Amino acid sequence: MIARRLQYELMSHALGPAMVAYQTWSDERRRSRRAAKESPFGPQLECTRKLKELMTRHYLAGRYADGAVPVAWVTSGFPVEFLRALGFFCVYPENHAALCSVQRKSAELSEVVEKEGYSRDLCSYARSDIGCALSLKTPVGRLPKPDLLACCTNICQTVLYWYRALAEHFRVPLVLLDTPFVYGSASPHQIQYVRDQLGEAVETAERISGRKLSGERMQRTAELALEGANLWGQCLEQGRHSPSPWTGFDGFFHMAPIVSLRGSEETNDYYRLLLAELQDRVSRGISGIREERHRLVWDNLPVWFKVRDISTSLAQRGFNLVCTSYTNAWAEAGKRMDPQDPLGSAARVYTHIILNQDLNNRMEVLRRLATEYRADGAILHSDRSCKPYSMGQVDLREKLASELGIKVLLLEADHADPRAYSSEQGETRLAAFMESFA
Amino acid sequence: MSVCAFGIDVGSTTTKAVAIDAGGRILERRVEPSHPRIEEQSARILDSLRGALGDAPVGATGYGRKRVKAGRILTEITCHARGAWTCARRPGVLIDIGGQDTKVIRLGPSGEVTDFAMNEKCAAGTGRFLEVILGRLQVPFSEVGDLVAKAAKAVPVSSTCTVFAESEVISLVAQGEPLEGIVRGLLQSLAARVSALAGSLPDGSSVFMSGGVALNRAMVETLQKVLGRPVEVLPEPQLVGALGAALSVRS
Repeated sequence: MIARRLQYELMSHALGPAMVAYQTWSDERRRSRRAAKESPFGPQLECTRKLKELMTRHYLAGRYADGAVPVAWVTSGFPVEFLRALGFFCVYPENHAALCSVQRKSAELSEVVEKEGYSRDLCSYARSDIGCALSLKTPVGRLPKPDLLACCTNICQTVLYWYRALAEHFRVPLVLLDTPFVYGSASPHQIQYVRDQLGEAVETAERISGRKLSGERMQRTAELALEGANLWGQCLEQGRHSPSPWTGFDGFFHMAPIVSLRGSEETNDYYRLLLAELQDRVSRGISGIREERHRLVWDNLPVWFKVRDISTSLAQRGFNLVCTSYTNAWAEAGKRMDPQDPLGSAARVYTHIILNQDLNNRMEVLRRLATEYRADGAILHSDRSCKPYSMGQVDLREKLASELGIKVLLLEADHADPRAYSSEQGETRLAAFMESFA
Repeated sequence: MSVCAFGIDVGSTTTKAVAIDAGGRILERRVEPSHPRIEEQSARILDSLRGALGDAPVGATGYGRKRVKAGRILTEITCHARGAWTCARRPGVLIDIGGQDTKVIRLGPSGEVTDFAMNEKCAAGTGRFLEVILGRLQVPFSEVGDLVAKAAKAVPVSSTCTVFAESEVISLVAQGEPLEGIVRGLLQSLAARVSALAGSLPDGSSVFMSGGVALNRAMVETLQKVLGRPVEVLPEPQLVGALGAALSVRS
């Protein structure tokens, strides 16, 4: 245990960063040798290198985490602050599945679980994750075995069955936080219901970690989470400038820390750096794409395995994604966090996640984003794997088009599984959408 | 009248090309089954048009559009809309049932595309669907109209998935259902699928049809019944996309 802890500390604080720095340096050398091709994008964000370092270090530390510190696998919408305050190393299977998709590993991992009898209609994140648990294949080398599984139903009901499958596989306890779906705003009774469950979840996590939750540490983590959400929100708001200093596609990648490392100093340091760079780009008129002629809102998760193609084909014709409802979700909910009442406010924050609220709220968010970011079009990604996010988009499309007078495209794809996407038809739709602006 | 532009529509099943004059009238047309070597086929077709009429700029559309040497490359959606607007000159809803996909395009008051919907990844409810099942039943495309007219009633075909519908049709044949009834059921199934894609149509809006399947009178009649309104087949419906491509480069 002590040796393992030493190895973990060494990897996360000394050797790990050194290895990451070397990797980054060699990547850059390789890149600079390649001839610079004509790009429709603006200059790359300097922060991208830091982001890569931060996330690589996180996954590198993860390889040595189990046996050294308590490990939890959590859903993206789980109130992770108390786990962090208890010293848990948290793995985000959704973030990991996105990484698998970007690295073209999703189909292979899906085949592993499909052979085990899981349906191909199951969410591709769930398939990638269970596939990784069963086959131990991962582009990050190794994921630490969990001591605890923590799942919150505020993003979908699939997570419940997904984490039950993981619990059976790893034979570890599962804490479930059930968040009632919110129409309008949550009633005090609903918030109390979630708060009570949080109390039970804390007890389980205390038992597993062998520690008592310190009020001081909990408050500090909540402060960091609140500050992180605000910093991330400010970064996103830079997109309101014309031209936007970055693209929504950049945002999809730069959101990794607020998802996976929420409530930590390093995350907030990172976003301070990103914010400064974005503000500097705004002051110098540096644009995310070379020539911004149209500004778009994006709804739903990205199509991870096609981000490069979709972003390039948009940028080539002067279309920039200036905001997305997905990246915005991480700035919006966290603002309700109250460090004076960390658990009570967590119940409120995590019940009011965009996917746990009704369609009127979704429409309000999109209307506000489109107006504040002065968008003249919207792409609604109808995501085969994320039904809660995709349901209602036909109505949203009609409302956005008729009430705001903007052009709206419904793009059928999937967030991770390339087999559920037809490139040719997807590209034709996208091209026809852009042609309709002429 | 001298040639002013060429338009070529490289579809999944057929390749269509037109030459137009300054008034947008079609001077020459070519229709051939699509060949896998798109570059060669499109160059040959365009050369034959140039040989007959002289040189002019080229606009390309369709699945193979990026393989064509053309001055302008546009999607089928934009081209069908442009072609349809030139023919009809009024707003409405355009249905194009092509070989690989079915599109419903809404044309605004000045011919612009206000919205469009397409079938999903699979070929359910497309021209390919009809082609496969009719092939299985050994019914030539040209005989569909007469056959359907003879049907006493439609035999429902519940699936629009080409693969499932094929096995469904085989079992209907095995059960001794009349061929003409099955074909009528097939057309109804396709029309229902198109109707779902079209969504609710505003009262009084015109419905136009383009694409090769519009040449099938029985299909058009079935669609009219399902939509509950007249469907106006555009002149030379198969060429509407190529016409739109030509119009986009007309000087």
